[in-house]
Amino acid sequence: MSVLVYTETLNGKFKKNAFEAASYAFDLAQKIGQPLVAIAFNAENCDALFNYGVSKVLHIKQENLATFNAKVYAKVISEIALSQSTSTLILSATTDAKYMGGILAAKLKAGFAPNVVAAPLSIEPLVVKRMTFSNKGFAHTRINTDFRIIGVSNNSFGLVENNVEGTVEEISADISDSDFNTRSVNVERVTGKVTIADADIVVSGGRGLKGPENWGMVEELAEVLGAATACSKPVSDMGWRSHSEHVGQTGKPVACNLYIAIGISGAIQHLAGINASKVKVVINTDPEAPFFKAADYGIVGDAFEVVPELIEKLKEFKAQNA
Amino acid sequence: MKILVCISNVPDTTSKINFTDNDTKFDTNGVQFVINPNDEFGLTRAMWFKEKQGAVVHVATVGEIQVEPTMRKALAIGADEAIRVNAQPIDGFFVASQLAEVVRQGGYDLVIAGRESIDYNGGMVPGIMAELLDMSFVNTCIGLEIEGDRAKAIREIDGGKESIETSLPLVIGGQKGLVDESDLRIPNMRGIMMARQKKLTVIEPSNVSPATQDTKFEKPAPKGDVKLVDANNVEELVSLLHREAKVI
Repeated sequence: MSVLVYTETLNGKFKKNAFEAASYAFDLAQKIGQPLVAIAFNAENCDALFNYGVSKVLHIKQENLATFNAKVYAKVISEIALSQSTSTLILSATTDAKYMGGILAAKLKAGFAPNVVAAPLSIEPLVVKRMTFSNKGFAHTRINTDFRIIGVSNNSFGLVENNVEGTVEEISADISDSDFNTRSVNVERVTGKVTIADADIVVSGGRGLKGPENWGMVEELAEVLGAATACSKPVSDMGWRSHSEHVGQTGKPVACNLYIAIGISGAIQHLAGINASKVKVVINTDPEAPFFKAADYGIVGDAFEVVPELIEKLKEFKAQNA
Repeated sequence: MKILVCISNVPDTTSKINFTDNDTKFDTNGVQFVINPNDEFGLTRAMWFKEKQGAVVHVATVGEIQVEPTMRKALAIGADEAIRVNAQPIDGFFVASQLAEVVRQGGYDLVIAGRESIDYNGGMVPGIMAELLDMSFVNTCIGLEIEGDRAKAIREIDGGKESIETSLPLVIGGQKGLVDESDLRIPNMRGIMMARQKKLTVIEPSNVSPATQDTKFEKPAPKGDVKLVDANNVEELVSLLHREAKVI
């Protein structure tokens, strides 16, 4: 038996989520006394996984798998899971991993617990703690099946280094043209900007900023911090910013280390979406804004004065600590 | 084209969440239920296919009798017929298996579900259905056009979007972007009256064992008080984030 972890890459490099999924998988593998095997597509540095407890990497590099395809990748992963007598498959919470989660659960007749936020509560039976009600609650979920799939929430378990001796095995997947009923024709990815999914820090703006023309300072603050930019629902509904920046219950969930909300009052739906973030800062003119009850740090003040000042102070701080 | 929109009956987004029965159940007391927002974007796109391309639109859910007002709302928005599988939606695998059976019986070309429900956030129902039914599948879908049996879809990816070409029969995991927020429809009086006459079929569930079971719930730990920093002393915030919170 083995624990299998899917380690996602982007442009040949492992994503941080891949290392977090491996960290979680190693913890589980130790507890159930099974080796940890990783599967990776088109990776340049498989050895990096040895730092996170992976003792065998199955690596596939082939032309027809260069672009992610959920059905095809899921087919390959499920075949490998069966060949490795996998007991438990660990996924991350990237958009692509979530795309495959349901497909894999059906293929492997597996109980699937996504959005898991902590190490298992019990090993036998396997019970995990997962986010529910869009961060307003947690469920203890028992997985009833022999084959189990766990999806690890972003930035929940953290990266835990465990250096082990490992091997990389190059393998090939038997994929034919008929497997590609769904084809990718174009991928547009923002380059040179931190995405909300990968960000350690997110700077988010709300209606208090009065109009899209005032986002310059939000972007500058994000740049100074190496952060992603985001916005509240009204801002995306009014078209001030793209839908892809909308965070909250019906937008993107955010689970970063530092979330800075500027001119966002803190509607319950917004707070639910960002609640998994570790440290929250609010800047708002209204001391009664609900966000102050959810935040760790707050400044009651005019964003148009506070934010430029904050940018200056952060630049000074960065210069001193460079 | 025959479309099935899968609907989840969920607490309104403004609901406060509490648990009852020794924290083993969601407390529905005083909670307003609505169509899951991700499903509502899909339903609204389905209305577009109905009006522009003559599609027939059915809605289905897995739930007990108390979910019927939500189904009637979907009918009032414009769906032609509703189907309710008479069972508690125990887990994603159970729900997807029941809905897959509805799809088999009804012979649908396009199945639209939300990318996830905002209550249990499993996000697995569309994927499991697609696999059980051997249908094409596009998740986190933010754009969909259908011509004959060909489909062009756009899906959101981390940090961008991807254009996809595929064919019917097709399962979609939808979300905001499939239509805009401003396209969502509030049922009018005529729609509400007509919905009363529309067919709502109740079918009994097929025998499927759930793959997971939620045994207990908990609420997030209560938060400490916010630490306020004077607007004239922004430097203090930088210092706190560095020394105390250790996030910069």
